[in-house]
Amino acid sequence: MRQLIQCIAENDHYEVRHLLKMLRQIQAHYHYIPEAAIDQLSGLLKIHRTQITSVIEFYSFFHLSPRGQYELLISDSITDHMLGKQSLLEYMTIKLNVAVGAVRQDGLVSLDNTSCTGMCDQGPAGLVNGHALTRLDKKGIDQITALINQQKPLEEWPPELFQVDDNIYKSGLLLNQQIDQGAGIRLVLQRGAKETLQEIDKSGLRGRGGAGFKTATKWKFCSEEHQMERYVVCNADEGEPGTFKDRVLLNSYSDQVFEGMTVCAAIIGAQKGFLYLRGEYLHLYDKLENILVQRRQNGLLGNNILNAGLSFDIEICLGAGAYICGEESALIESLEGKAGIPRNRPPYPVTQGYLGKPTVVNNVETFMAAAGITINGCDWFADIGTEKSKGTKILSISGDCPRPGIYEYPFGVTVKDILTDCGATDVLGIQVGGPSGTFISNEEFDRKLAFEDLATGGSFIIFNTSRNILDMVSNFTHFFAHESCGFCTPCRVGTSLLKKQVDKIVEGHGSAGDIVALEELCQLVKNYSHCGLGQTAANPILTTLQRYPDLYHSHLKEISFEPGFDLDGALETARRMANRDDAGAHLAQTESEHE
Amino acid sequence: MANKIRVATTSLAGCFGCHMSFLDIDERMLQLVEHVEFDRSPITDIEHCTNCDIGLIEGGVCNSENVHVLREFRNNCKILVAVGACAINGGLPAMRNHIPLEECLNEAYIDGIGVENAQIPSDIELPLLLDKVRPIHEVVKIDYYLPGCPPSADVFWKFLTDLIDGREPSLPYELVHYD
Repeated sequence: MRQLIQCIAENDHYEVRHLLKMLRQIQAHYHYIPEAAIDQLSGLLKIHRTQITSVIEFYSFFHLSPRGQYELLISDSITDHMLGKQSLLEYMTIKLNVAVGAVRQDGLVSLDNTSCTGMCDQGPAGLVNGHALTRLDKKGIDQITALINQQKPLEEWPPELFQVDDNIYKSGLLLNQQIDQGAGIRLVLQRGAKETLQEIDKSGLRGRGGAGFKTATKWKFCSEEHQMERYVVCNADEGEPGTFKDRVLLNSYSDQVFEGMTVCAAIIGAQKGFLYLRGEYLHLYDKLENILVQRRQNGLLGNNILNAGLSFDIEICLGAGAYICGEESALIESLEGKAGIPRNRPPYPVTQGYLGKPTVVNNVETFMAAAGITINGCDWFADIGTEKSKGTKILSISGDCPRPGIYEYPFGVTVKDILTDCGATDVLGIQVGGPSGTFISNEEFDRKLAFEDLATGGSFIIFNTSRNILDMVSNFTHFFAHESCGFCTPCRVGTSLLKKQVDKIVEGHGSAGDIVALEELCQLVKNYSHCGLGQTAANPILTTLQRYPDLYHSHLKEISFEPGFDLDGALETARRMANRDDAGAHLAQTESEHE
Repeated sequence: MANKIRVATTSLAGCFGCHMSFLDIDERMLQLVEHVEFDRSPITDIEHCTNCDIGLIEGGVCNSENVHVLREFRNNCKILVAVGACAINGGLPAMRNHIPLEECLNEAYIDGIGVENAQIPSDIELPLLLDKVRPIHEVVKIDYYLPGCPPSADVFWKFLTDLIDGREPSLPYELVHYD
């Protein structure tokens, strides 16, 4: 072990910012991070061991105790549930003879849930030792069980288990465009950085991650900072359940994304860029590295790009299972080898980002659009869309429709048109923008996708009338409680309380006051949380409570109060140990039962 | 004197620190009793609640007796108040929630150092422990919360005088600001 750890640390020059990368390697090798590795690493990197354990404990894909040699994680997105995930999971526990959250006695296999893996159009999905599994069914599980029991290395598993499809059903401006490698950079060199920035400004491009900040303004702020070092970061930590368009863009359009990053670097004067790729997209890593190599060979990355004196290179950093790292300042913390806890803003990353230097962080789709605008000019983009939302938006459509996948639309498209295209019928409602977005009911299908109406990062989950809205609310609320980074109390405690309160109502223990208490709690979590995660964690409850108050009320009991847990069950241990079963050793759930 | 406001108080899984803090209103107690009459409370030693206006509950719920007492208060008090950190969050007693109850009981009565005649107490007179200590609002409906460990005497004073004067109680920032 000593030699391996030494080697891992040496390869990354003992730099703390590479801590995640080092831990990924150790985790992959031992299926956990052994104590001895932590001690050795803390000596080699000259940091305290608690700094390392805090990182291990923060990320879902690192463990302090051993997982199976085959670590199976099943995606817990609502879309996976709609595709029958729960019964498959139960089937797996029986076939593999392992409980959820446990390691089998022989240490060969472990099974657990994980947050959405971004395969909502081809679920139920999962991960085996970090590699994406798609379209899981009983047959596939039988196959996987046999492969595991035979201890077949993953390289020998049939490739169809790992097959990830693009599923592009509707292309528009961006998805139709093909660009020559380097065309964007050449045009920046020809036209000049300032002029290119003006083009992007005039195009009206706004960030595609969901918040919609004007891209040119962000780049301008960054370029105006009086600093020598600047950074470009592409946010590919696509963790919002129901979103998977960045996976497709990186699979089939990564050259355009890298082109956009290089254009940005030329404009703001950055020499270094990062692609922060969510750990769930490990399957894309080699492919993306190869494209970077190719671009270096073609003189489009590295020193003296196109012999024009421009220096810029891109490094791919893999995440390790943390939704919060999609928040730009948490992402930067993670790039620096730390737990992904959002920073106080201001200062914003454009003034103090990676290593405290000015940094532009943009979504994958934003960089791709920027490359297109650079090449085709601002009008190409600005002629499409609405007044405040220019261009197109790429949507990840999943849930109850016959053709889930990728759809590109000009901004301003109505929900009705989208539903027609993907063939959805009998629709109850749609979750737009993922759990942190908005739920709209079937009375709102004339609404438009645009920053001024329904803003979205691209997630579009369709629910038909056979679905129970509260299942969705419960799934999303559990998701936020799991993904809260734990930094601020309103979110850390608040999301757990929301989870408990929703469960109480859904499980039928609620009474009149519980809805009021839930609403108050929602407002508290929303108004007092440190970052966007907490500020939006109550959205699934608030948006559905507003539209379906009767649904919530129908779950309430007509009594003033009932505990949300099994009171008599809570005495079970004490009863057994004291060997009692008299009347005094029991409690009624509510008083009306016996008084 | 008729029409006095009736107040009951009790301590469940608490340390009586909140009650002590309440007594720290000192001479203002004389003003208070002009308007207030105490029902069931450690101050009066009355054993059971009758109809009251306000019930003040210190401490969380750790055993079956706590549940019965809490329900008696809820049934008899128009306004029920969670007083202090333990009533609101479970507080110090809830630290045992991280340890399975079986381990707690074994440590205390079977395996602990110096335990003689090791056995788990079993008598119908003894309340059984809940597997976890609960904040009181998880067991009955609570109307108001007085934060603090303990809430200061001024918090009790402000809260009770607001109610006595017929105002919606509200605690100014200075009273709930702890650092």
